[in-house]
Amino acid sequence: MDLLRFATAGSVDDGKSTLIGRLLYDSKSIFEDQLAAVEATSAARGDDYTDLALLTDGLRAEREQGITIDVAYRYFATPRRKFIIADTPGHIQYTRNMVTGASTADLALILVDARKGLVEQSRRHAFLCSLLRVPHMVLCVNKMDLVDWSEEVFEKISAEFRAFAAKLDVPDLAIIPISALKGDNIVERSQNMPWYEGTSLLHHLEHVHIGSDRNLVDARFPVQHVIRPQSNADDRRDYRGYAGQVASGVLKPGDEVMVLPSGFTSRIAGIDTADGPVAEAYPPMSVTVRLEDEIDISRGDMFCRPNNKPQVSQDVEAMVCWMDESVPLTPGRKYTIKHTTRSARAVVKNLHYRLDINTLHRDEGASSLGLNEIGRVRLRTTVPLLHDEYRRNRATGGFIIIDEATNKTAGAAIIV
Amino acid sequence: MTEFPTQSVGYAVSHLDALEAEAIFVFREVVAECERPVLLFSGGKDSIVLLHLAQKAFWPGRIPFPLLHVDTGHNFEEVLAFRDRRAAELEAQLLVASVQEGIDSGLVAEPPSGMRNAIQTPVLLEAVEKYRFDALFGGARRDEEKARAKERVFSFRDEFGQWDPKNQRPELWSLYNARTHSGESMRVFPLSNWTELDVWHYIQRENIALPDIYFAHEREVVDRGGMLYAVHEVLPAKPGEEPFTELVRYRTVGDASCTAAVRSDARTVAEVIDEVAATRITERGATRGDDRVSEAAMEDRKREGYF
Ligand SMILES: Nc1nc2c(ncn2[C@@H]2O[C@H](COP(=O)(O)OP(=O)(O)OP(=O)(O)O)[C@@H](O)[C@H]2O)c(=O)[nH]1
Ligand SMILES: [Mg+2]
Repeated sequence: MDLLRFATAGSVDDGKSTLIGRLLYDSKSIFEDQLAAVEATSAARGDDYTDLALLTDGLRAEREQGITIDVAYRYFATPRRKFIIADTPGHIQYTRNMVTGASTADLALILVDARKGLVEQSRRHAFLCSLLRVPHMVLCVNKMDLVDWSEEVFEKISAEFRAFAAKLDVPDLAIIPISALKGDNIVERSQNMPWYEGTSLLHHLEHVHIGSDRNLVDARFPVQHVIRPQSNADDRRDYRGYAGQVASGVLKPGDEVMVLPSGFTSRIAGIDTADGPVAEAYPPMSVTVRLEDEIDISRGDMFCRPNNKPQVSQDVEAMVCWMDESVPLTPGRKYTIKHTTRSARAVVKNLHYRLDINTLHRDEGASSLGLNEIGRVRLRTTVPLLHDEYRRNRATGGFIIIDEATNKTAGAAIIV
Repeated sequence: MTEFPTQSVGYAVSHLDALEAEAIFVFREVVAECERPVLLFSGGKDSIVLLHLAQKAFWPGRIPFPLLHVDTGHNFEEVLAFRDRRAAELEAQLLVASVQEGIDSGLVAEPPSGMRNAIQTPVLLEAVEKYRFDALFGGARRDEEKARAKERVFSFRDEFGQWDPKNQRPELWSLYNARTHSGESMRVFPLSNWTELDVWHYIQRENIALPDIYFAHEREVVDRGGMLYAVHEVLPAKPGEEPFTELVRYRTVGDASCTAAVRSDARTVAEVIDEVAATRITERGATRGDDRVSEAAMEDRKREGYF
């Protein structure tokens, strides 16, 4: 059975957590004690109805403020598929947590309040999802119960969103009118909107095609750890294996590989796991690769094929989403970056522009990127990065920027 | 993304294989980036699975870090015996941080309830300081509890061991930021994305041995507020409680004073899987007295430095 990871997105109070609560509730994925606890909390607060958002809003501060602060991960399955849900916050202050949830998603559910239509935060989240190349997007026009289930309202918002999405890279978009609160078009099709001819949200989640979202073409194996047992057992004395998770492509014993950044070539002598050797390794397998030749290889190096190599360069161009509230990104500043299993120091050479989220206008006069701002930068690194364009390879095209003084993860970067 | 051939049918990875690969990646990442990791090993099923995965991650080498058990002194004998046997088999170093010693030295005080769960935290933190651990592997899963559902795979703790849920590090893709200053540490949860059912399916597939108390057996218990607690040498029945014998098993194993048994006739892993698949009550809801203290009991404990 396959797995779909999806994340919610959209502005504060548009109903993301309520939607997830409803989806879990209506698909009978809630345990009795969880429901009882949520009912008791809701009743004690004096809510008129059980607030299903409490199923994911589990932190004290979230319950006090009635908002989501950080991502909640929930797991459920239907007979067709397994799902991992990341319910993310809409509040602008917590955009970095939304980015955290969306970075591993196969599908984003973007919620919009039917009364308000698209707001800046809906655009920001849609843009971030497209930047992160979440392959599938569903716009949920929510709170249809508050606009008399109006087809006209739905069509207006759909048209506006389609126009915005056309400027982004959105490979697959579906639009569904819903009421998260009442359950319309969540698990069952709504009786209140006969004009809507599409499927319910759950039906869409169960059927959206996700088979082709992996890169099986470009062999990339970042060395994570060298396994060299200090053992006197005969079979292990000379063992030297390169442990890691296949980032993309397929590796087989006998394949000629090039080791980067050195450029030496060798052949794969064997691919080991604790359960025995394997004939092929592909994402997301964690394996240990042995080579025929003794080459100096350490963590952060990468195996590829001699005729299909990543870029090897100390200069990278990237779109950056800044996530540090205390210090903005400014040209000239130095950071540590982590890309695949390789860490390097980097200096910001140039900030080409900052993006206006509403208009997608590029402000070339910008001199810094503050919290939640997005812009294009050029970085120079101390050691070469072995990278691909993010749009071709999520695993070798993204990196994080770490503040050297605080160790905080300060930015997310996507190589263009 | 349609520019790539759709060969995924031929290159399918099962759900359990994907979870295993992710956990192995996490283990290796910590060992590569942290100086002094340790694995929290209690002899409970999640930590047993964790240890199994650690063994796989570094095969054919040995597990390159010690194991730490925070021993509340309220143990199930068979679990302790299992713990020691398993550590010996793997030739792993087993460290024990004793809550009883913490009580004797005045580090912590025995709570009036007799539940020692909360006082584990200072004992754990003392061990972290003593051995200068900078990364602690734990078997916690996000499906267990609503505060855990919010926690990162690599969860930063300050020099007081505290978790700040309002200020977690962003965690993108599988690029984990394990950097800490001296005195700070990471809690790392390789099983974050596993459910209780995944753990059991994995135990079945890998043929992992567990202490007997996970399977149905007859035990003398008392009923406290609907939960069945074992009558135990250090936790005898209270006045007015009527001990009785019941066919039970444990769904979780923690401190004996706050871990309850569930009625069950599941004697094999396959029978446990059927039972877990059909249950309508969460693992902690069915078995943990400590979570019932307040709505945010787990969050509060984690803020103080709990696992
Ligand atoms: N009438 C109506 N109210 C809704 C609907 N969906 C959500 N709400 C209400 O909208 C409010 C906000 O809902 P949440 O689910 O907490 O919103 P959210 O998008 O998760 O908010 P953040 O996570 O803080 O960004 C709550 O009072 C919900 O009951 C709906 O379909 N109809
Ligand atoms: Mg929410």
